[in-house]
Amino acid sequence: MQLQQKSNDVLKLSGLEPLVFTPEINFVNIGERTNVTGSKRFAQLILNGQYDQALEVALDQVRGGAQILDVCMDEGMLDGEAAMVKFLNLIASEPEISRIPIMIDSSKFHIIVAGLKCVQGKGIVNSISLKNGEEEFVRQAKTVKRFGAAVVVMAFDEKGQADTYERRIEICKRSYDLLKNTVGFNPQDIIFDPNIFPVATGMEEHRTNAVDFFRATRWIKQHLPGAKVSGGVSNVSFSFRGNNPVREAMHAVFLYHAIKHGMDMGIVNPTMLEIYDDIPKDLLERVEDVIWNRREDATERLLDFAETVKSSGKKAKIDDEWRSASIEKRIEHALVKGIVDYVIEDTEEARVHFGDPLKVIEGPLMDGMNVVGDLFGEGKMFLPQVVKSARVMKKAVAYLEPFMPKAGDVNFDSENSKIKKILLATVKGDVHDIGKNIVGVVLACNSYHIIDLGVMVEADRIIDEAIAQKVDIIGLSGLITPSLDEMVDVAAEMERRGLNIPLLIGGATTSRIHTAVKIDPVYSGIVVHVTDASKSVPIAGEAINEATKAAYKAQIKATYQELREAHEAKQEIKQMIAFEAAVRNPTVLEWDYFVPVTPKSLGITTYETLDLTILREYIDWTPFFSTWMLSGKYPKIFDHPLIGEEARKLYTNANAMLDRVIAENWLSAKAVVGLFPVQRTGEDVVIDKAYTGGDLKMFHFLRQQGKKGKGVPNRSLVDYIHPEQTDYLGCFAVTAGIGIEEKLEEFAKDHDDYSDIMLKALADRLAEAGAEYLHGLVRKELWAYAPDENLSNEDLIRENYHGIRPAPGYPACPEHSEKRTLFDILQVTERIGISLTDSFAMYPTSSVSGFYFGNPESSYFGLGKIGEDQVADYARRKGIKKEQAERLLSPNLAYTPKLTLLEKV
Amino acid sequence: MNRTELLLLQAKKKILILDGAMGTMIQRYGLGEDDFRTPELATVKKSLKGNNDLLSISRPDIIREIHSEYFKAGADIIETNTFSSTSIAQEDYGLQHLAYTLNLQSARLARQTAIEFTDLTPDQPRFVAGALGPTNRTASISPDVNDPGYRAITFDQLAEAYREQVRGLLDGGVDLLLVETVFDTLNAKAALYAIQEVYDERDIQLNPEDGGIPIMVSGTITDASGRTLSGQTTEAFLISISHVPLFSVGLNCALGAKELRPYLKVMAEEAPFLVSVYPNAGLPNEFGAYDQGPEEMNSQVEAFLKEGWVNILGGCCGTTPDHIRIIARTASKYAPRKLKTEQVEN
Repeated sequence: MQLQQKSNDVLKLSGLEPLVFTPEINFVNIGERTNVTGSKRFAQLILNGQYDQALEVALDQVRGGAQILDVCMDEGMLDGEAAMVKFLNLIASEPEISRIPIMIDSSKFHIIVAGLKCVQGKGIVNSISLKNGEEEFVRQAKTVKRFGAAVVVMAFDEKGQADTYERRIEICKRSYDLLKNTVGFNPQDIIFDPNIFPVATGMEEHRTNAVDFFRATRWIKQHLPGAKVSGGVSNVSFSFRGNNPVREAMHAVFLYHAIKHGMDMGIVNPTMLEIYDDIPKDLLERVEDVIWNRREDATERLLDFAETVKSSGKKAKIDDEWRSASIEKRIEHALVKGIVDYVIEDTEEARVHFGDPLKVIEGPLMDGMNVVGDLFGEGKMFLPQVVKSARVMKKAVAYLEPFMPKAGDVNFDSENSKIKKILLATVKGDVHDIGKNIVGVVLACNSYHIIDLGVMVEADRIIDEAIAQKVDIIGLSGLITPSLDEMVDVAAEMERRGLNIPLLIGGATTSRIHTAVKIDPVYSGIVVHVTDASKSVPIAGEAINEATKAAYKAQIKATYQELREAHEAKQEIKQMIAFEAAVRNPTVLEWDYFVPVTPKSLGITTYETLDLTILREYIDWTPFFSTWMLSGKYPKIFDHPLIGEEARKLYTNANAMLDRVIAENWLSAKAVVGLFPVQRTGEDVVIDKAYTGGDLKMFHFLRQQGKKGKGVPNRSLVDYIHPEQTDYLGCFAVTAGIGIEEKLEEFAKDHDDYSDIMLKALADRLAEAGAEYLHGLVRKELWAYAPDENLSNEDLIRENYHGIRPAPGYPACPEHSEKRTLFDILQVTERIGISLTDSFAMYPTSSVSGFYFGNPESSYFGLGKIGEDQVADYARRKGIKKEQAERLLSPNLAYTPKLTLLEKV
Repeated sequence: MNRTELLLLQAKKKILILDGAMGTMIQRYGLGEDDFRTPELATVKKSLKGNNDLLSISRPDIIREIHSEYFKAGADIIETNTFSSTSIAQEDYGLQHLAYTLNLQSARLARQTAIEFTDLTPDQPRFVAGALGPTNRTASISPDVNDPGYRAITFDQLAEAYREQVRGLLDGGVDLLLVETVFDTLNAKAALYAIQEVYDERDIQLNPEDGGIPIMVSGTITDASGRTLSGQTTEAFLISISHVPLFSVGLNCALGAKELRPYLKVMAEEAPFLVSVYPNAGLPNEFGAYDQGPEEMNSQVEAFLKEGWVNILGGCCGTTPDHIRIIARTASKYAPRKLKTEQVEN
């Protein structure tokens, strides 16, 4: 674990406004119509110097939902650098476009640099690669870093473009290491493009193109922390050019799975995208077969099908079919598909049919939008499509508006002569206003005067307007999660400025509990969460009515107080996921491609004496210095201006003592290693009974339960053991503390604290060195899964080898009592004389024990906090009481267990 | 302990105090055209009055006195008199060739004063920040409404001018660099680019934690729209300059403390660096003068301090040693803002 600055842990970009890749962000869409290589029309406009119209193209992209704008001027007939500069300067003058970050796209680095000199925000460079070797790559990356941009790295090296899974991950890993270690690039700013290639081309070697991309994406997300994945989706359907129904289905299927595997952003043409759930079942099956390479004849079957779709004009027929459905279905279809063509006539038909414009809004229109919301939530619709749906909705609502009853109308039902004013606003940072507009419409036809401040409204403006216009109610709306915080800020500002106007909170991500816990406490006036437009009317009425106001306020404040109290207990678990859900999100290993290696020496091996002159070579000195409170990496620490000299002295003294330790046999080191066949059962690992004297012995592992970003697993060590077949697990214990007591007594008599600390520190280092040395022996000889490994001590310290040796009590498996099992199986005390205390500490203290995982994919991690559900499960698996498990796991509990007297446990 | 380590240590202990306005103080001297001329400048045709940066070479006594006033008032850091000492800004007076000299002399002057005061109060070491102003041109806005693609200045020209300024300031011995009054983020990025180049050529570390010369950036939110002149929101501005491991980031000028509140809050919540703020003495009156008194500014600034939003505090246009004295006293009662950190997995 290390401390890191909070704001460096996500990718942040900016145009005039920020774009932050929070874990909640599903997929970021890059607009690409402003790319001369991708759009013939745009290329023509630029070549003809029609920059005004070219800007319109950019504007359409932004309005169509693009969150990043890709600009490319790589065209043979064009002065690319001049065109890039001119277009970016023009974009900078259009706030609606320059709101979003720019992706400067060129294969010529001088054009990229020219572009970087024109953007004030933090954009993305697309792209650099190892194509011309490391030197050029590093130089270009340093330049990008100096300008402060993120970078797309193509999976391309000196040998060419990566076309297999192995080549993709190899190149990405190499690029990542160079960027991170040599250039000092922030890993969050690294975006890989692991090459989306076409499938169903008829060529044998293209069959796994999609699968390889998915696997590479998942590998990158799991192994290259912080890195993002992007790509151009339309490539995948290249072989079906001209057949849009098939292409649209392929894009949807590909994207659906790619996002599930961790793809963060990409270039998708929203007009060339079908909705996953709407793909006809027969077509879906064939597309899935091709994408996943599931059948020998997948390509042929899709081709045959494509012929029928194309020749019979089935697509066109399907298009018309929905027109004959019921009015409700037609409106839903138009909303989900974002078709505006028939919306006016359908809305008019519905108005006549229902006899009341409000019923049309609250009926079919709202129902349709709910379907859109659900599909979006499930990742089956994407932002650009949702934006199109919203347009249809707005058009329909706008059409209905003149039919709504108004104050002053003959049939207008008004109890109150004085018209009340309601101010509505979508809060700062949020542009979603559908819900707010619906609420506005509904309230307006209930005699309220609506003052709509629009979207992205700053707190100050809301409050200033509310005061100036003497409004009776303020309604805040927002759809994205950051809006929740913004609403809290608005409420706090209202309080600070002494307002007492009732505040209504609404919008997709708002909730009663959030309102109760976060907003209500900061504002002394009435705060009410409104679940939907229909509820807004009675709530507004009660909040304003002089007769009911006071009672209503008391009642709602009391309700929220109760909600807060109920919430408080569970508060910490909020950021966690259920254990069950964590189990379903494990580290995914490629078991189809990995066969567990059978150890050469199965069973237990004891080393009576480890040679200290050898162990000495394996010492990692950095922790030695930190024992002495000198922080710095060995050997760089010697150059440190403040502590360098002291470090050098200490190092000399340490080596002098080591010489004597060895020459005069002060200490001896021993070790025991066991390598066993094991079977994974759920979250546990059972040792083959042939090696335990027939006893049932198992290790119990724990799984991370923190809420993870997309594509990031909830890890457990058990993930590194084969889920079905027999696999192997190692255990070890090593000590370098035998004989230390005698020496320490001598030092104590002399009151020589320095030597006392020094010897203990050295013994600890020797024990760790012993563990390192032993691990090497295991890899090369005992288990022998890496017989040819040849690494320097520096490489060992950096853990540049396959396999890990986590120790019970350390971050990946923090529960110490597992050491008991380990000691029993290895007969550690009998064989090498380390004993365990009642609280599972090892004695002598200069000892190390742990597990060996041999899987090349295994890596260290920290467990973090876990929930009560996992603790209960762990206790059950271990056969102990839950209270006991809570005691063993207390630093990792995400909740406060009920107090129990230990005696009663 | 070198200067950077000393500064980092002080920043952990207290809210550091910056000085106040230079221009307001110079006005008090009622200077004439002659005061802005050295013998070498006697023959320059253009009027030089108002080119305040020149005073560092023509009337160093005045500039030294102003620096001293601010140190006496309790400032930990004073700014060099170099807001307009780039070849670009000096071009208006035809004095672009003096840019390096102005920076060098201003830095030396400020440094001498800082050393004197450090000797007087060894437990309060004093520092000098080399001020890099925005110049009077914008790299991402066209001055011609009919030609939005036109630019009066390019990134390369800005970077070139800033390189010269940075060299002068470093040669004169400044302890920090302060890229300030950023109204166009692209200008600031050019300054940061130039600083990185000069650091590279002189083998100076970029990160103050590695012993480098600390860099401060201070942006300007122009009005209640909450944006810079070039249109960025506070958070977008912050993201755009966070590629450099800054010592601090913050806001100054254009607004008084009260008006800066919502934007400072964004900085305090989001910035991975220390946070600075040095507001104007309120908003200008109908004559363009600032008349917010020290007491009023103090009470507005104290609201930030109570929230724990600030690491470095000072004054911009219209503020005087009296303003700095009272806010320094108030700031000493509050703890500096804590950097937000969280545990992450290796």
